[in-house]
Amino acid sequence: MVDEATRKTLSGIPLLKTKSGPKDDPKLWVQRLKEEYQALIKYVETNKTAGNDWFRLESNKEGTRWFGKCWHVQDMLKYEFEIEFDIPVTYPTTAPEIALPELDGKTAKMYRGGKICLTDHFKPLWSKNVPKFGIAHAMALGLGPWLAVEIPEMIAKGVVTYQEKKAD
Amino acid sequence: MSGEVSSLKARIADLETQVAVLKNEAQTRGKIDKMSAEVKDSNPYSRLMALQKMGIVKNYESIRDFTVAIVGVGGVGSVTAEMLTRCGIGKLILFDYDSVELANMNRLFFQPHQAGQSKVEAARSTLQFINPDVKFETHNYNITVLQHYDNMIETLQTGGLNSSPVDLVLSCVDNFEARVAINRACNTLNLHWFESGVAENAVSGHIQYIRPGISACFVCAPPLIVATGVDEKTLKRDGVCAASLPTTMGIIAGLLVQNALKKLLQFGDTSNYVGYNALNDFFPTMELKPNTNCDDASCVKRQQEYQVWLAANPIVEVVEEAVQVVHEDNDWGISLVGGEDGEVTEEETKLRAMGLKHTFQFAKKELNDQDIPAVQEDDGEDLEALMAKMKSM
Repeated sequence: MVDEATRKTLSGIPLLKTKSGPKDDPKLWVQRLKEEYQALIKYVETNKTAGNDWFRLESNKEGTRWFGKCWHVQDMLKYEFEIEFDIPVTYPTTAPEIALPELDGKTAKMYRGGKICLTDHFKPLWSKNVPKFGIAHAMALGLGPWLAVEIPEMIAKGVVTYQEKKAD
Repeated sequence: MSGEVSSLKARIADLETQVAVLKNEAQTRGKIDKMSAEVKDSNPYSRLMALQKMGIVKNYESIRDFTVAIVGVGGVGSVTAEMLTRCGIGKLILFDYDSVELANMNRLFFQPHQAGQSKVEAARSTLQFINPDVKFETHNYNITVLQHYDNMIETLQTGGLNSSPVDLVLSCVDNFEARVAINRACNTLNLHWFESGVAENAVSGHIQYIRPGISACFVCAPPLIVATGVDEKTLKRDGVCAASLPTTMGIIAGLLVQNALKKLLQFGDTSNYVGYNALNDFFPTMELKPNTNCDDASCVKRQQEYQVWLAANPIVEVVEEAVQVVHEDNDWGISLVGGEDGEVTEEETKLRAMGLKHTFQFAKKELNDQDIPAVQEDDGEDLEALMAKMKSM
């Protein structure tokens, strides 16, 4: 089921151990959150080393709401998008539903509120790997491939255009 | 100028009269205190009360004591709500966070002029008009979000008539996350519920009756769906997330409400699982036993409670001996082998013979821990430090 490319991506992200969601024992949830952050930090480090740094994420202090940025580089231009999602009450049995709100309505491969459409490949893979997969895996195997396919198409259609980064 | 004002005033008065007339028309009848079996054109319940005369239902009017929660008021949920409203259910609680769109018009119930309204509010106004005897409560939010989930739990526990728990929950949602959330809520509260679903290709669907601890819950096994024989890998999905037909949705809503009525009004047999394959009009049914190793802790707890109950109240069952088919000789060495999906378990083979299949299979060892290292054991860093580290990257 897991092909070589997926396995290679996965090899750079530590697997998680604690099966706990935000409605479960708070101690276990904190443990799970630590594992989430450990896996995310390792994954971002791996990406940086490989010259493929493509997102940043952070959460509220309860770890229930996540937000950040992801970017896609094409023809020397960097297209940047805001990411946001809530940890569902059923986490980690179900994967987080990652949303890119500013792209809502620009592609059919999205559900209401800008949630990316992941059903076919990713969700069964997630279900088989509960609780080992975490947010880093959702980014690597869910959002990453989605951006790689959808953004070039939206750029080609002209619904996504390059915007000069505003001075901070 | 003043002429313009007075003509506008006259126009307003005219429109106000029209609104008043429409409002009056909108109230076709007053509330009815007691359901009557009297056969006359003006009695909205005569055909339902006739179920008693026909010997199908013992006490039809008891339907007014029940509260049903419908989660998801889309293609299946809205039709489900309309059927229960017309049947004179006591109270309906509707959950949905979506708005009516013109893209919904290939399905039943909602009308083009309702586009833009929240589905729960649009549904309430139509349903209240159809049957003013039914009480309605609506919740316009996404149940998988923490605080909304807590609110749903509260509502399911106290939203019934006389602040009791609801009598039945009907899941009419279109995604896995919401189903798992409903499953969790019903296992926690020990509420009976029906799961329903229509395939993304619109040519199959199913309903499943879930009694925590007694029958399989939604996460006891990978979701069971109808095998239509359409190879999913060849399905064209470019640019669309889902297809839908008013026919398939109406049929699933019909099966759902039919079984809900059978359970509530105690007639016939309530099916545990009914599948529907639209391509060959095939309706497989089956029983689903709970998984003692279920992922949902409340499910396991309910199973234990049920076992205790069973020990105190044994059910005498007539066990039919299963006939094992044995072929005396097999000169050609013919044996059954797995299909293209690799290994197919014995259980899966049985299911496929019945026209059903799991959406996926739990893998025994999908990812070997030796291939990919896990996160390190607690290395002393606390959560705040990790959060700060991630933020500074």
